[in-house]
Amino acid sequence: MNEVAEAVPTTEGGKKISKLSEAVIRIAGNSQDGIQAIGGFLARLAGRSEQDVMTFMTIPSTISGGPSIFQVRIGSGEVLSSGDEADVLLAFYQHSYENHIASLKPGGIVLFDSDHVDPKPEWEKQYRHVAVPISSLTVEAIGGTARDKGKNIFTLGLVAKTFDLDIPKLTKLITERFHGKDESVLNNALTAFHAGYGYSLGDLLETFQFAESRKRDRSQVVMNGNEALSLGLIAAGVRFGAGYPITPWSDIMEILRRELPKYGGSFIQCEDEIASVSMALGASYAGRVAVTGSSGPGISLKTEAIGWAVMAEIPLIVCDIQRGGPSTGLPTNVEQSDLNIAVFGGHGDSPRVVLAPTDVEDCFYTAIEAVNIARQYNVPVFILSDQAIATRIEAFPEPNLEKLVQDISPNLSQVAEHKPYDLSVADGVTRHVVPGTRIGSGKYPVVTGLEHDEMGHPTGSPKLHVQMVAKRRKKLQTLGARLPVPTVYGTPEGNVLLIGWGSTQGPIREAVDQARARGDSVSSFHIRHINPLPNGLEKIFSGFNHVLVVEMNDEGLYGSGQLANLIRARYCDPKIRSITKTDGLTFKIKEILERAKPFIDSGSSKP
Amino acid sequence: MSASSIEAPRQKVPKVEAPGPLSDRKPLTKKDLVADHPTWCPGCGDFSVLALYFKLIEKRQLVHERITTVAGIGCSSRFPYFVQGHGAHYIHGRALPFASGISLSRPDLHVFVFGGDGDAFSIGGNHFNHTARKNVKMTYVVMDNWVYGLTKKQTSPTSPLGFKSKTDMWGAVDRPINPMKQAISAGATFVARTTHTNPNHVLQMMEAAMDHDGFGFIECLSECVEFYEGAFDASNPRKGGAFNLVPSDHDVTDEMAAYTLADAGFPGLFGIFRKVNQPTKNANEAKIVAKRRENFTELKDWQILQKNFDALR
Repeated sequence: MNEVAEAVPTTEGGKKISKLSEAVIRIAGNSQDGIQAIGGFLARLAGRSEQDVMTFMTIPSTISGGPSIFQVRIGSGEVLSSGDEADVLLAFYQHSYENHIASLKPGGIVLFDSDHVDPKPEWEKQYRHVAVPISSLTVEAIGGTARDKGKNIFTLGLVAKTFDLDIPKLTKLITERFHGKDESVLNNALTAFHAGYGYSLGDLLETFQFAESRKRDRSQVVMNGNEALSLGLIAAGVRFGAGYPITPWSDIMEILRRELPKYGGSFIQCEDEIASVSMALGASYAGRVAVTGSSGPGISLKTEAIGWAVMAEIPLIVCDIQRGGPSTGLPTNVEQSDLNIAVFGGHGDSPRVVLAPTDVEDCFYTAIEAVNIARQYNVPVFILSDQAIATRIEAFPEPNLEKLVQDISPNLSQVAEHKPYDLSVADGVTRHVVPGTRIGSGKYPVVTGLEHDEMGHPTGSPKLHVQMVAKRRKKLQTLGARLPVPTVYGTPEGNVLLIGWGSTQGPIREAVDQARARGDSVSSFHIRHINPLPNGLEKIFSGFNHVLVVEMNDEGLYGSGQLANLIRARYCDPKIRSITKTDGLTFKIKEILERAKPFIDSGSSKP
Repeated sequence: MSASSIEAPRQKVPKVEAPGPLSDRKPLTKKDLVADHPTWCPGCGDFSVLALYFKLIEKRQLVHERITTVAGIGCSSRFPYFVQGHGAHYIHGRALPFASGISLSRPDLHVFVFGGDGDAFSIGGNHFNHTARKNVKMTYVVMDNWVYGLTKKQTSPTSPLGFKSKTDMWGAVDRPINPMKQAISAGATFVARTTHTNPNHVLQMMEAAMDHDGFGFIECLSECVEFYEGAFDASNPRKGGAFNLVPSDHDVTDEMAAYTLADAGFPGLFGIFRKVNQPTKNANEAKIVAKRRENFTELKDWQILQKNFDALR
């Protein structure tokens, strides 16, 4: 826990109080214990208290049960990652205790269920142990039958007491959560919560208080990345989607299935991944940019249809919530190993757009940007999210919806004539005139996956293939030239430049902060537009001795990760190197710094 | 943070209206509808299906603004290029889900899908079953020629046992699919069978399928003169065969009776095997929309979304 520098421990009613700027709490139990609910409540509370918050969770890929953790980091200042090490570990079982004690900071607090955990003497010397018979106290509070349900809420009460959390706000959150269920459920929850809150830890533990956080202009909302992406698609005007269930993409299809009908739209569950992408393309062809998405193997299955969208120049949004691969791989772990399939997947030269949101908030805005690019350029656009960003909860300023929400209904007004693949347009960007539109000339377009002439009719002409390939390429080059160059975090020149994409922005920025605090010259920038890349990156590179691309995938046969390959191919600069990892977990700050150390240590000035 | 860098121009456009007569339009004639000259071989059965599609449009006074022609891959799937109208030539086997996307998002359009037996029953077999089961509103004409023509004579899922092809040089060994049985068992709500050699009957079936509120499926025998000449002679009275209609007392709502008709050996029977009224996917989705919109009719889209954000504070 980072204590506020100027704050001195005070006492209140004889109890010691420490002021904190932030804390990392790791809750370890089994997946059916409802530990995600504790974390969820803490995150929502932080959001409502104008604090920053970020969570991290692991879930077993089994149907029910199995060890699971939920980590929540709450801060009065900016929180960029879910934290390398925990200040407090809540351990429900012996395995939770033994497997996660190492995640604690030296001297950290382990609060454990003494009904299930036997502490080890050697660890009692290193960490502060606080024993609470959580299981039996919960039974005592709400009765035997509800035990398994109430334990988490009892523990939430304990945490609320320890961190002096806002009780009225928390009880309101609990009440909202159980709204609409049987009244006894809510009563049990509140009873368990107050029992936990009322439990006296005596002198075992002081009370911690979060420092006042900065005031914000707009109220905060709290959600995970899949929620933000779904709501962003709705804000963008998407009203049709199709998908097939697969982890961790399924949340998005569930949300859109529930929400789209409110706007007159629908989301269809299909028989398979190919049907999903095809149905979405049918709807896009018919006039509104539609969405499909998947994870892992599902993306592989969609690639043929995505190639058709490139060829036929039909807009489409493809959400790829990346997980560990190849094949079925690691369904509930994170990896950034779909960059290649997003950028290059499929046969033939098929340029498409690939965007990667950097955090939960950015999932919302990236969805809108993706839809607008798809509409304007008539291309498929990938949104490369991942398991980590999909499931982690963050607080962010509420978007101005009145300003942002778009209407993208099809324009069916008559046109005099229309060539779907008009070659006279220099930048290659042509309009998609949707079925139902009357065309004055009486000449109607066919959209097609065959190489075609300007009206969409098949051709084997070598000249036309050259021209059409160039047209599809030029559209993306036009887009690339319009993209903003990423801003450098840290100083714009120096020794080491870290480059990241997607969900790793937080840990990379925190690594930069820590390195700079030590006096090392480290900066970073994050690439949101993977394909096309923005122009002008070489100017940034020229200001640094070392350029290290940090990503969660394998270094490949030739020693560089997937984004590193792309950048190396474009800039042919040997100083671009790779920091990769494939353990299925998010980057820790210290991992990045350790891997970057040889470069940080070599040459502190420009050659 | 990361505000959208690409803003497409915001445009206010009219909402899609429900189908209705277009008063200022002259009915289309064959002349308006002809596009590329078909790439089919002379004598191919598909020519008559194309001619009858034009006739259907003329007779029923359909206009360009109300129809879309969709196909997958195969000889017969070249169809949209030969029709002057909005069309899409999609990928192999996936025409049905693509057409479903159009049908479900554009109630003002009637979607006609044309394809062959490989598209429908082999690579697209799963989609055939599920589109039938979901009863998505569209008209689907499968031009069944019992052979892969575009790739030049390989075995198709409807090739009869013993058919010699380039991939079964000693004769086909896998039992063929019976398209009628397949459609009935998948839950198709309109199932009909016809043959290209009887144009009047083809047109009759197309009209009935178009008028059916749901997934209207027609198997149309369509001879491949190049790779399976004479395949359907037994169904052609001019070649000494028999064109037998479905008995007039057949109950099209009786699933087992339809199945029994489908069991007749070649040349079998022609006509409507099955026709039942069941809610379409389109209607089911519209019902969900109507129900879910009840509380939101007075609100703008951003206000509906605002309610989600309010709950996430």
